Amino acid sequence: MTDQAYNFAYLDEATKRMIRRALLKGLAIPGYQVPFASREMPMPYGWGTGGVQVTAACLTPEDTLKVIDQGADDTTNAVSIRKFFERTAEVATSENTSEATIIQTRHRIPEVPLCEGQILVYQVPIPEPLRFLEPRESETRKMHALSEYGLMHVKLYEDIARHGAIATAYAYPVKVEGHYVMDPSPIPKFDNPKLSDNAAIQLFGAGREQRIYALPPYTQVVSLDFEDHPFEPSKADHACDLCGAETSYLDEVITDDQGSRMFVCSDTNYCTTRQDAGHMGRLNQGEPA
Amino acid sequence: MYVATKGGERAIDAAHQWLAEERRGDPSVPDLSIPQIREQMKLAVDRVMAEGSLYDPDLAALAIKQARGDLIEAIFLLRAYRTTLPRFGASAPVDTDRMDITRRISATFKDAPGGQILGPTFDYTHRLLNFTLMANGDVPSAQRKESAPIEAPHILSLLDRDGLMEPLPASDETPRDLTREPLEMPADRPLRLQALTRGDEGFVLSMAYSTQRGYGRTHPFVGELRIGTCAVEMEIPELGFAVDIGEIELTECETVNQFTGSKTQPPQFTRGYGLVMGQTERKAISMSLVDRALRWEELGEDDTGAPAQDAEFVLYHCDNIQATGFLEHIKLPHYVDFQSELELIRKIRRDAETAMQEAAE
Repeated sequence: MTDQAYNFAYLDEATKRMIRRALLKGLAIPGYQVPFASREMPMPYGWGTGGVQVTAACLTPEDTLKVIDQGADDTTNAVSIRKFFERTAEVATSENTSEATIIQTRHRIPEVPLCEGQILVYQVPIPEPLRFLEPRESETRKMHALSEYGLMHVKLYEDIARHGAIATAYAYPVKVEGHYVMDPSPIPKFDNPKLSDNAAIQLFGAGREQRIYALPPYTQVVSLDFEDHPFEPSKADHACDLCGAETSYLDEVITDDQGSRMFVCSDTNYCTTRQDAGHMGRLNQGEPA
Repeated sequence: MYVATKGGERAIDAAHQWLAEERRGDPSVPDLSIPQIREQMKLAVDRVMAEGSLYDPDLAALAIKQARGDLIEAIFLLRAYRTTLPRFGASAPVDTDRMDITRRISATFKDAPGGQILGPTFDYTHRLLNFTLMANGDVPSAQRKESAPIEAPHILSLLDRDGLMEPLPASDETPRDLTREPLEMPADRPLRLQALTRGDEGFVLSMAYSTQRGYGRTHPFVGELRIGTCAVEMEIPELGFAVDIGEIELTECETVNQFTGSKTQPPQFTRGYGLVMGQTERKAISMSLVDRALRWEELGEDDTGAPAQDAEFVLYHCDNIQATGFLEHIKLPHYVDFQSELELIRKIRRDAETAMQEAAE
């Protein structure tokens, strides 16, 4: 079968309409998980089928798409999803964060602040922030409806009692506009502050779990914490060894079997842009990257 | 100096080429044809059609060939294809009473109108490897006998007449469609049956087996198991009547289960139901046991906490395409999450060591 046999961006228009309705409902009720009839996609569940369906429902021929995984444009799955849309939608793609109109991401929010008109699509494995406290969907939906989040606070409290700190480093739960507790997808908690008051539309798609949720621009999003144990975004206490950035989220790379390490920006586009502008890190003294 | 690894795209292309070569295997061995798979690997084809929710033996055979015999991968290929197909409408309900039977057995009655027909079954074969199949064997042929079409009413309907079976409320309501709506809890019986019939054979089998071993026991007997082909009819609005659009092979199992009674109802037998595309007997029997176990609430039974009684547990975990995707996705890169865990555990250890030192001083 040729690619022309498929509709623009793969999904048929009726399916896209169904997804758009779920997206609109999600935007109208920020943080609320809207059930949607997720389709089987030609990539496995767990590979970003939710994000791919949301992106497919939002794409127009004029869009410029960027796809990142772990902050990078060139990880295998990001390449694979980008190719999928190049093939089925023939849209322009870019690695440049500010050039893209739609950015599909797995596990990161780009370092460069997003602006109005941009859409950030998250791939979500487990949309339910209460899932590991209460496995039953029928129960968790009730808890959300009643804003009954005591269980979550007890969990955070027990973390502090046991470890002296909240033992959640990624997928750190947030409260949206004072009502719904939401899972921000497995982004590092370093990225949590960027969820709030963001100029872009943020859409979350969980294909296997058949849920969509959303944050409209400038939504207030607060990471859960206690007055005496305030939320702390954290990153490795280093500067990027390639571009010297001190405020970006870093990947730790093991460079030999003697315990040597280097730290590099996880956002590859941010890092190369800085290097092109002449910023240099510890291991990058003037040589071309 | 370190340069971030580029070339994911080239690696993917090369991996796909390698896979294609491996799939073909030794080129000096003749290529498998789709008709060969369809005819000689029929039960694999049937399983792929049943769990892929698409009745097309040729495409299922193609999927098996493309997937190198990995049936879950083949099911996935078929599902991903099916999801793009336009929907013209729904067929009329299939009438299994009018099935063209190739196999029909009952464990509850020695004989019944229509008789028992063993059909092509492994049941009483001795499981000895048949080494003659390694040579190019002769074409086997079975003995034949003329027979009039068999009238075989459902055996449980005979018990029904005596009021010994729980009555089933008939409804013309269009059931919800699992493939077009999200699965939401609580799920009614039509939805549960849809999920089970496309559920993983191994999972449904193990769930059913667990009920036999006491985790939600339901005392099942196979009231009737039938395999055969059924006509599929569709109402054509322009014509105003239903026309045959083809036929499909089905396996149907009805179990008779222990009686319950209540203040208003005298004791009667209850039922479990399994209906699966193709010749898929293990799956259909398993499905009927799990269906029965999931009905505990409407039958006024106790929740014993058995996994097979837990609709959320069974229905959210029976789909092997969802399960395999999510299971295997943990091999995708997770360095960002892992990095944040690394930092957290280092911090917690630092704090703990300081506290221990202070305590020692």
